[in-house]
This record gives sequence, structure tokens and C-alpha cells, in this order.
Amino acid sequence: MSRPDWEEGGFGLYIHWPFCQAKCPYCDFNSHVVAQIDQDRWKRAYLSEVERLAAELPGRTLQSVFFGGGTPSLMAPETVAAVVDSIRKAWPVANDIEITLEANPTSVEAGRFRGYRDAGINRVSMGIQALNDDDLRRLGRLHSVAEARTAFDTARDVFDRVSFDLIYARQHQTVGDWRAELTEALSMAADHLSLYQLTIEPGTAFGDRFANGGLKGLPDDDLGADMYALTQDLCDKAGLPAYEVSNHAGDMAQSRHNLIYWRAGDWGGIGPGAHGRHTIGTQRFATETALSPMEWLLHVEKQGSGESARTEVSPEDQGTEYLMMGLRLAEGIDLARYQRMTGDAFDTTRLKPLIEDGFLEIEGSRLRTTNAGRPLLNAILRDLIV
Amino acid sequence: MTDLSRIRNFSIVAHIDHGKSTLADRLIQLTGTVAERDMQEQILDAMDIERERGITIKANTVRIEYPAQDGETYILNLIDTPGHVDFAYEVSRSMQAVEGSLLVVDATQGVEAQTLANVYQAIDADHEIVPVLNKIDLPAAEPDRVKEQIEDVIGIDAQDAIEISAKTGLGIPDVLEAIVTRLPAPKGDRDAPLKAMLVDSYYDPYLGVVVLIRVIDGVVKKGDRVRMMKTGGTYQIDKLGVFRPKMQDIAELGPGEIGFLTASIKQVRDTRVGDTITHEKKQCQTALPGFKPSQPVVFCGLFPVDTNDFEDLRDAIEKLALNDASFSSEMETSAALGFGFRCGFLGLLHLEVIRDRLEREYDIDLITTAPSVIYHLHMKDGEVVELHNPADMPDQTLIDHVEEPRIKATILVPDEYLGDVLTLCHDRRGEQLDLTYAGTRAMVVYDLPLNEVVFDFYDRLKSVTKGYASFDYQMIGYRADNLVKMQILVNEEPVDALSIMVHRDRAEMRGRAMCEKLKELIPRHMFKIPIQAAIGGRVIARETIAALRKDVTAKCYGGDATRKKKLLEKQKAGKKKMRQFGKVEIPQSAFINALKMDS
Repeated sequence: MSRPDWEEGGFGLYIHWPFCQAKCPYCDFNSHVVAQIDQDRWKRAYLSEVERLAAELPGRTLQSVFFGGGTPSLMAPETVAAVVDSIRKAWPVANDIEITLEANPTSVEAGRFRGYRDAGINRVSMGIQALNDDDLRRLGRLHSVAEARTAFDTARDVFDRVSFDLIYARQHQTVGDWRAELTEALSMAADHLSLYQLTIEPGTAFGDRFANGGLKGLPDDDLGADMYALTQDLCDKAGLPAYEVSNHAGDMAQSRHNLIYWRAGDWGGIGPGAHGRHTIGTQRFATETALSPMEWLLHVEKQGSGESARTEVSPEDQGTEYLMMGLRLAEGIDLARYQRMTGDAFDTTRLKPLIEDGFLEIEGSRLRTTNAGRPLLNAILRDLIV
Repeated sequence: MTDLSRIRNFSIVAHIDHGKSTLADRLIQLTGTVAERDMQEQILDAMDIERERGITIKANTVRIEYPAQDGETYILNLIDTPGHVDFAYEVSRSMQAVEGSLLVVDATQGVEAQTLANVYQAIDADHEIVPVLNKIDLPAAEPDRVKEQIEDVIGIDAQDAIEISAKTGLGIPDVLEAIVTRLPAPKGDRDAPLKAMLVDSYYDPYLGVVVLIRVIDGVVKKGDRVRMMKTGGTYQIDKLGVFRPKMQDIAELGPGEIGFLTASIKQVRDTRVGDTITHEKKQCQTALPGFKPSQPVVFCGLFPVDTNDFEDLRDAIEKLALNDASFSSEMETSAALGFGFRCGFLGLLHLEVIRDRLEREYDIDLITTAPSVIYHLHMKDGEVVELHNPADMPDQTLIDHVEEPRIKATILVPDEYLGDVLTLCHDRRGEQLDLTYAGTRAMVVYDLPLNEVVFDFYDRLKSVTKGYASFDYQMIGYRADNLVKMQILVNEEPVDALSIMVHRDRAEMRGRAMCEKLKELIPRHMFKIPIQAAIGGRVIARETIAALRKDVTAKCYGGDATRKKKLLEKQKAGKKKMRQFGKVEIPQSAFINALKMDS
């Protein structure tokens, strides 16, 4: 039997910690602000879920664990340690396993960094978001630039690998502002940067203000495109080229965890609202868990599983997901794998005009977006899939 | 069988919202024609669209029994006419079927253009007219001013106008009494051969076609064999009755009476409004005067948004045509829009009503193309060709000249908006025929090309006068003018459904406006899209839609795959609302919205 398809992407675990100290106005992630968190109770629930998934997907080599949120740097280091220990016992782990934790750059959290390292965390991803105090306040962040830089320096000392996030195309931001800010960010010697254009999502505070006409000074599409182009340019020169639409890294510093998603690997989702994809035999499943923290907790405690939905992913949908996710990567997708996955060769009549117009390119069996095509990926996908 | 002296037949003439339906409701209620528990508002308007828009499309009749002050019980027959200009011919037939009219005028608003057109129809039909001032209970009512206006504008005596409030019921008994005392009884000869007018008809799924008739002479009974004198059909009467307003069977109808018959008639098409009904054996000598077959004047293409709905659209159009002889349709193929129908209508309201019904009752999403009128193409070889669709325009070099239909438009407007109205009419190539004042309101009469009116003239008029203008029109004939076909090219390809006929002097302006509009309406694509307006091979206006530069989801991780896939599925559904032209997708709404002029 040939090797299962998911191995092309690898196997990881995503752990969702759903709590934040404050909700940011742009964020549409599953995050909640509560007065008290019973760390011990949450720890037991995570351990129970690790055990459940390990029983279902035994014996695989685990390449990555990612603590996301919410704000996982609000987890007690002991909680993290217990979860990492249980994971290491449940699966054989790769020698170079990547264990990432998302952290806010406040002094309080920086104080826990050593504890996280001792718990087994070897990479942090910091939500710095801006290097400008006015914009940090507008984005509803609880830290200042100075505080963020101090936290970042601590992280650099403590961890082998550090990444941080910035949000650009902010209100009233000019191309010149962004050039200065990104240049400063590139000088900070992170090995990985996630650079996101501000997206106004419905159901967020920004979304409501935008709908009421209250969010002024957002860049138009052309200015957004100029900023995106500048981002590519500056990062290329600094040796951190885009390996994905919004993610930049030097050699060997790419996020192995996120590559599992984009390369259509298998991952288990643990915690409220965590999605998973895993293959059993030849069938690929999409899993979901209860969104509300308390509901998830009770599911785990009462029924022994946080999973609230499990659906089979059809070969056609697998192909669609592979395109959607894989074309985000500079490396693109493997057309031969696409054909194995879906049972059908790719409809090349749809590719032809996009290749002629310079948005896509084929090299051997690989199909990928060009630098011109990547910022238009949604439009490309509409042409390819819809 | 009722004695002629105790029958009164009448119609109600009123502008929309001046209270015609409410007055009819009150007359029906007060005379106990309908039990209180069965009463509903606008009881005569059967269709949802009629009720919602407050308009009547088909004529309705109701027979009311009224014990008058003289101790006699009278039969009052009300014919509720379609008040809109699109149905002017139908109105004229309804008017011929009765002897008098109540002229209802809103005492807070005064006379409107639509009232004028209908009241002139009543005067043409030699009606006795009783003015009624409605909404007299409102503080803004100005009965004396409105009476004066009725006398000035319409030229009838309004001193005995009855002041009422249809809403509260005030004055309704006076109206009933006036119908008996001020309107004439019908005339007719019971012993003469049967002569009855076909007033209107509609399709009933159980009874077949129901025919509204007014008997002039003779007597008609259930079981009689009758003949339609114009269409030539002969039928045996299955059912004879009156509307109260529910159907009630009756043994016979004599002179002066109004009722209905059914005779296993399958299509409304076989019953032409204005036709004369007589006995098959003992025929009357001459048919009633004034019959004319209805002719559509406005045409547009109707295409299903989803090409898979074509068969459903065909079925729906056939069903609607069953009940509407004035609506015509033939299959049309458009390079841009695929299979659809070229449909003809009596006017704009008729077009809207049919389109609404297709969308609402048959649940079909439609693309409506630009409304067009019938042009007369005088070819160089002497032939005259009717052009219903600009896409069918033959080579310009073969055409000697083009004639277009023109209308006489009457607009009543408060004088503060007069300037805007004159500008609008002038911009639409109008020629002023008359301008008079009645109090603070101006009445302007314009000779206008119908093609400048069929699209958004009425909307523009409403908007420049903040809704205070009223408008009516009648066709006055054809006239030659410098008319050309303007094509729109999207990404170098002509889109036939966007072709329009336009006056040469206005072509540049219209072309520019359409290109600018399309630039807003067509979403950005991954490449730039030129939009051009052209006459023959010559480009007269051009815009370019810039290429899309950025459309990508910033964050997309494990949990986002499902959400993103749903978004793509939504886009798939949205794509059905777009039409593909070469590489360009045009939203269906663009076909109509591209024509709207902002000023």
C-alpha cells in the first residue's frame, strides 16, 4: 500500500486556549474574557482530549504542536507542561518537533517565558501588531511599543525561534509609515514574520463601526495593493521572503505547524472551536468541537469527548481545500497529488487563461501562483473552482 | 329582471390614494352587501399586487341593493375601472358601460393628472358626473379651493360636491342618495335582439373565462347560445350571475344590467374587451362602436437569470397570457443572455406588473432588458419595417429614415417645481404644447418621444418634484427623427442586450453616461476592461475598469478552511446572478441600471 496522502503534509496538534484579558476590536477568533479560570479543570480536559485522539490516531510521528488562542500566554506554565508531557507520551515525536505558543508581548507574560521553555515550548509567536503606540491603542492592544520590544528581547534570549505578527493597512497609514515601521521590524532579527493586512470582519467591534460608517481612513484597494507590494519587496531584501501570502521566513524558519494546514496534512483539534482534519483508512474527516468554552468543557467531562461534529470530506472537497490552502504557498501544489486525491486530473482549460495572464505558473508537476497572482488568490480561486 | 328606472350604473374616477377603493368599500359595507365578518380592505382588488400598489388592473363590478329615501329599492352597479393610463382603452369601455361617475378628489390634494385623463373619458362617454370631496375630516382639507379647482381645470359645476370621509364613513349616505337622484337610469329595449358589451374578462381555473357584461338591449338567459361579434366565437352560457362582490347566480340579465357569464371559454384571448355579445340565432344589426384590439406599445426582453429556468419562464408566461390578452410574447435569443422572451406591454405599469408577477408568483429571477418602443423603419426600397428590439436593427445604410412614437404628456405640478419639470421635459426632447396655471399648480402639456419616457422618466419626475407631480399621457402618432442604434462594447465585444436606440444629438451624452454607469456596475476583474459606446463602427464614449490588484484572504489557517470553502460556495451561487461575456462577468442588475440617468 502506498503511503497515505496526509503524510505529504505531516501530522500536528492544535490546542486552543479560548481566553483573553481583553477582546481586540478587529479579532473574530474564538476568544472570551472571563474573571476566573480554573486552570486545573482545563488541564484535565486537555489531557483527556489528548488521550482520546491518541487512541484514535495511534502511532503517528508528531511534527508539531501549536498553542493558539485566545491568549495562550495566559496559561499557567504548569498547565502547558502537563499538556506537552501527555502529548509526548501519547505519540512518537519527531526529533525536530516544533512546539509553538502564541504570546502577547506584555511584561507579565514575558515573566512566564522561562517557565514555558521549561515546559517544552521551543517557539513563540508574538502578537506585537504595531510599532506605533497610537495605532496599538486603536487596535485595542494592552501593551506599548517599548513593552513589546522588551518582551521580544526576553523571548529572543529564552527561545530558539521567535516570530511576531504585525497588522498593516491600518487607519490613516501611508505607504511611507509602513515602510518605516516594517524596516524597523526587520531590524529586530526575528526569524519569522506574519504580516497581515487589517481585515474588517463582520461581528467584531471594527465590523460594527465599519458598517455604521464609523471606521475612517482605511486604505482603498489600490493603496492596500501598494502596501502589499512594498511588504514583499522589503522582506525579500531582508532575507525573509514570503513562503505564504502573509508569512515570511528565512531558510528553515518557516512555521512547520502552519505548513501542515497549507500542505493538507492531518491535524487534531483540541479545545473549544478547534477544527481538525484526519484520515482513518482512506477516509478523511473534518472535525469540530463545541465553540463555547463551558460547553466544550462539559462535553469533555461528561461525554469523554469535546468533538461536536465529524463529517466526511469528499474527494472533490479535499481537492478544493488543497487548492485553497496550497496555492497560498510560494511552493504551490502538486498536480499529481491533486489527481490522486480527487480521482480527476486538473481542468487545464481553466488554468490556461490564468497562466497566459501571468497569475499562475506550472513547473513539472507543481502549480503555483506567481508574485503577481498571489495577491489575487481569491479571484484566481473563483476562476478555478467556482 | 329589474325595471330600468330602478337601476343606476356608475364608476368612480379618482387618482391613486385619493380614496377610490375605500369609498367602494364603504358603499359595499353600508348597504350590507357583504356581511361584516367577510369585509376586508379594498375588497374589489383581488390580486396581491393590486392591493399592495393600490391600483386596479382588471375591471371589477359589484351589485349593490340600496333602499332609497323615496321608499324604492334600487340596484346600483359599480364598475371599478383600471385607473392607469396603460389601460386607457379598457377604461373607455368600462365608461361606456355605465351612465354616470363619481369624481373623487382628495380635498387636501386637489385634482391630479391621472384624474383628468379619466374624467375626460367619463365626459367623452356622456356621463353625469357627481364630484365627491374625500378626506374632508383632515385638518389640511380645503374643500372650497378644491371645488374651485375642479371648476377651473375640469370645467364642471362643483358647487354641489358631496363632502365625505371614506375613512370615517362621513357623508357616505349622501353619496348613495346622490347616485339615485343625480345619475340617470339606463335606457334599453327589452324586446330588441340581445346586445351586450364585453366589459372585461379574466381566467378562473374552475370556471374557465369569466366575462363581465353590460346588457344594452334584449335579455340573456342561462343556456342561451351567444356569439361574439368581433372574434366570431359562439358559446353556450353555462352560468350567469352578478357580483355582490362574490358570484351569485341569476336566471337572466335584462337591459341596463351588469353581470357576468361563463361559457367554457378557454382563453382570455377569445374575449376581447369592447366586443359585442348577441344571440347566435337572433342577432342584433350592428355591433357597439369603439371596439379596438389592444396593441402593445412597450417591449422588453425577459431572460431567466439562471439559464436552467428557461422552461419555467416559458410556462409562467403562458399561464399569465391566459389571463391577459394584451400581453404578447415571442421567443428571443440573445448572444449575451441566451434564451428568453421579447414581451410587449400596454405601458410601463403593465410591464412592471407582469414582471413582478413572474418573479413573485412563479419565483423566477429575471433579467429585464432596456424597454423599447416600436420604431417604424422606412427602408430605401420603400418597405416599412417595425422594429421592436434595437438588437434587430438592420444595416443603417439600408434605411431611409426612422420614425418613433410620440406622446402627449400632461403634468400637474406645484409651481415651485415647474422649472425642474420643464428642464426634464426639455432634456427628454420634449416640445411644449401648453402651460397653464390653476391656483398654485401648473399644468404643462408636452409632446414627447415615447422612447424618452419608457425608461425612468416617471422616476425622475417624482424625484425632481419630491413626489408632488402627477403625470399622464396618450399616444399621438409617429414622427421621423434622427435616430440611431448605439451599441455597448465590453472588453471589445458588443453586448446586444445593452443596445439602445437613441437620438443622434444625445448619443454622446447617453453613451458617456452608460459607460460611466457600467464602470460602477461591473466589478473589477484581474485585467482591465475597456467599455465603449459606439454608433456603427465609431466609438463615441469610452471608460476603463482598472484591473483588480488585490483580493486575498490575509489569514487562513486550519480552522479557516471550512469557512473559506463556504464562502466559495456562496460565490458559486452569486455567480449565477452574473452573465459571462468572453472573459467578463456582468451582474444581471447592470442591464437595467446601466440605463438609469442621474440627471
